[in-house]
Amino acid sequence: MTLVKTTYNRRSFLKSSALAGGGMVLGFSWLASCKPTPEQVRNMPKEWFDINGFLKIGDNGLVTIMSPNPEIGQNVKTAMPMIIAEELDVDWNDVLVEQAPLNTDIFTRQLAGGSQSIRQGWQSLRMAGATAKNMLIAAAAEVWQVPADEITTSEGVLTHKGSDRSAGYGEMASAAASVKIPEEVALKDPKDFKIIGTDRKNVDGKDIVTGKPLFGLDLQEENMLTAMIVLPPSFGMKYESIENAEAVKAMSGIKDVFPIDVYPEGVQRQWSDGGGIPQLVAVVGESTWQCMQAKKELKVKWQADSKLESSAYHEEALNSLLNSPPAAPARKDGDVKRAFKNAAKEIERTYSAPFLAHNTMEPMNFFADITAEKAELKGPIQTPEFLEKTLASVLNMPVEKIDIMMTRMGGGFGRRLYGHFGVEAAVISQKMQAPIKLVYNREDDMTQGTYRPAYKVRYKAGLDENNKLIAWHVTGVGTNDDLVFENRFPAGAVDNYLAEKQRLESNVTTGAWRAPRSNFIAGAEQAFMDEVAELAGKDPIDFRLELFDRAIKDPVGDPEKNDYDPKRYAGVLKLVREKADFNAESNKSVARGVAAYYCHNSYVAQVLDLEMEDDMPRVKKVWCAVDCGIVVNPLSARNQIEGGIVDGIGHAMYSQMTFKDGKPEQQNFNRYQLIRHAQAPQEIETFFVDNGIDPTGLGEPSLPPISGALANAMYRATGQRNYHQPFATEKRILG
Amino acid sequence: MAKFDLKINGKTQSLDVDPTTPLLWVLRDHLNLVGTKYGCGIAQCGACTVHHGDTAVRSCQLTIAAVEKDITTIEGLSENGDHPVQKAWLDEDVYQCGYCQAGQIMNASAFLKSNPNPSDAEIETAMNGNICRCGTYTRIKKAIKNAAAAENA
Repeated sequence: MTLVKTTYNRRSFLKSSALAGGGMVLGFSWLASCKPTPEQVRNMPKEWFDINGFLKIGDNGLVTIMSPNPEIGQNVKTAMPMIIAEELDVDWNDVLVEQAPLNTDIFTRQLAGGSQSIRQGWQSLRMAGATAKNMLIAAAAEVWQVPADEITTSEGVLTHKGSDRSAGYGEMASAAASVKIPEEVALKDPKDFKIIGTDRKNVDGKDIVTGKPLFGLDLQEENMLTAMIVLPPSFGMKYESIENAEAVKAMSGIKDVFPIDVYPEGVQRQWSDGGGIPQLVAVVGESTWQCMQAKKELKVKWQADSKLESSAYHEEALNSLLNSPPAAPARKDGDVKRAFKNAAKEIERTYSAPFLAHNTMEPMNFFADITAEKAELKGPIQTPEFLEKTLASVLNMPVEKIDIMMTRMGGGFGRRLYGHFGVEAAVISQKMQAPIKLVYNREDDMTQGTYRPAYKVRYKAGLDENNKLIAWHVTGVGTNDDLVFENRFPAGAVDNYLAEKQRLESNVTTGAWRAPRSNFIAGAEQAFMDEVAELAGKDPIDFRLELFDRAIKDPVGDPEKNDYDPKRYAGVLKLVREKADFNAESNKSVARGVAAYYCHNSYVAQVLDLEMEDDMPRVKKVWCAVDCGIVVNPLSARNQIEGGIVDGIGHAMYSQMTFKDGKPEQQNFNRYQLIRHAQAPQEIETFFVDNGIDPTGLGEPSLPPISGALANAMYRATGQRNYHQPFATEKRILG
Repeated sequence: MAKFDLKINGKTQSLDVDPTTPLLWVLRDHLNLVGTKYGCGIAQCGACTVHHGDTAVRSCQLTIAAVEKDITTIEGLSENGDHPVQKAWLDEDVYQCGYCQAGQIMNASAFLKSNPNPSDAEIETAMNGNICRCGTYTRIKKAIKNAAAAENA
């Protein structure tokens, strides 16, 4: 049991109490995304009591838990309420989950990104549940006139053994709602967890399989118009004029066509506005199809205002940057130059990866209803708090007058961190003086930008006469991004280490894409590590473990600086070696690759087996060992791991965005290849390290290393190394 | 504009729309049946899959004027969300973001009708037109096999 100080914002509680009235009785309306089961409807309470901003308890003991963070498919909408329910000590079957709106008075960090929702929410979610339990106990103690510390709880029931009394939470909810918020609460010992660590199904599952309106694109509001935008055809171009506005306005169902200033001069842009384009053209009409037709007819004049970059230019410029040393290294241990001079063997390889689009299956969209008095917005957004700040500046309206509701998102992968589409919707609604839903078509979604940057990295390693790694030199470059994490492995494990990084400024806009930077450099590093191990004549896992051993026993440089725990890193490698029976004689003839990586505070090691079919790899099985501390919901945690593996294989193998004179050459899924059923691994098995450590990231860490495991297995199958993603294209060029 | 009578999910719907309008947008914008999803508009992703008679079709490519048979959408696949495929999806907890799953389920349910006992390779081929960006393919395949087994039991 741990005692923690409660850190609620007292003002917000007073405010929510005042709103609710003295009795704390709250009216309650069901959102489509929170549909109770028939049994729950039968048992619906007559009254709800607001215990704190995170939960309400009904007079019959049913509990509604607010899920504070945006849901992008990472399943926090199930996992975060599970954590609250655990500390509240209720039966999970008595819990209803509702998506909380943006409310910075009650919730902190309502953001989906960096695999941090559970890690950063862990303490406050537990506290929310424990505080409510504490208030229920205090209420019962008062009613029964017994000491609070003699009251126990279990699955929604309060019991006082001494006087043989018990009551359901619902019976005490009214009294609990007016109990003073405790200064300090006790948290459960993890060994007493009953909900955390157990498989719980997705709370939206039934609504998903029956096609309920959960997503932003599904919103239909009264008097709502549909809006679409027209983007510049190329990066480096800007708006000049509309040539046939009147003809398009005359089309069936079209209400208006006009240019919009999304970010007028003087507006305070947030980081989350990312690659939002300042000037666009808007088409507003009665229906989506009519707007799509109008968009096709519309003739807009654009003018070049900066370089129209092609892929050949990116290739050349990144190469040239790779060959020009930066002013200062990112990290330097020992003397790499001298070490290479003394090395018995050395090896140098360069790896590259193209721009990638996020391609969430639900294209960008947002609903906005802006009037002089208030702004109401709903839609898929990973960063609602930052969108609100930009809106306050663009609309010249205090944040108190702006309401943002997050819908379930049809994928995020980082794309919906950048909420320029919410700003665009607001500007269009304001101009139309009507509620509008902005809809991007697939082509808009794919060509807007905000891509995963294009990267190149060069590695050089030196071995001494005993095949010990004595020198490591990494140089990374990227468009608008500098790629290298200088303090990650193998920093700290090699005496002579040099990390250098530089960025190429490009007008092709980029942003965070699932596991930023790691998504490429992990696979490159792990493929290179495989070649170095081969050069050293060592087993690939043994070779890595020797390095971790060095980092454990005698770390190079300041150990505090090294951004990983070598014991946990080695732990996942050993676990996956055991589970995949890596060194078994029967597995010697299998095309098998291994990789490990640390990111988002978690450790992942993978073994991948494949066979070549028609010159393309077919992944037979992936074994994945994960150390992310306590796993809240193993069922969906495995799903995240599997998804990251499929995602990582798919993008390394098949996907790329290329450009001709600034124009994206892939505009839809006919030219942009995503991994499909027949290319997915046939089996994925996941193993979690059980160590009781507070939870860390899970949505991203399984993606980065898998491209390394894939490349290493392909080498075993074909005798040929892959260096340039997407591998499918590289192979054709070479083969 | 032209008048059409369509039978959708067992109900006759009378509509007055542009005859070139794809069924997808008729469902979503005119009938508020938004379970059928827009993903690409060019029959590459499968998010908009519905049943035209017993056949799985891409509703983004089928204009309202070309509809000849009864239409079933995800909302009409079963009365209580208990079609064997829906049940198998729930049992496997297949979805992540969930956006593509209506299309996956509609394609899988039509496929199982024509091939009640498919091999893994047949499932992969039949489902290859449906993209899942979250990468739930292994779970989808398992759910389809479970649904087939449940029906054959």
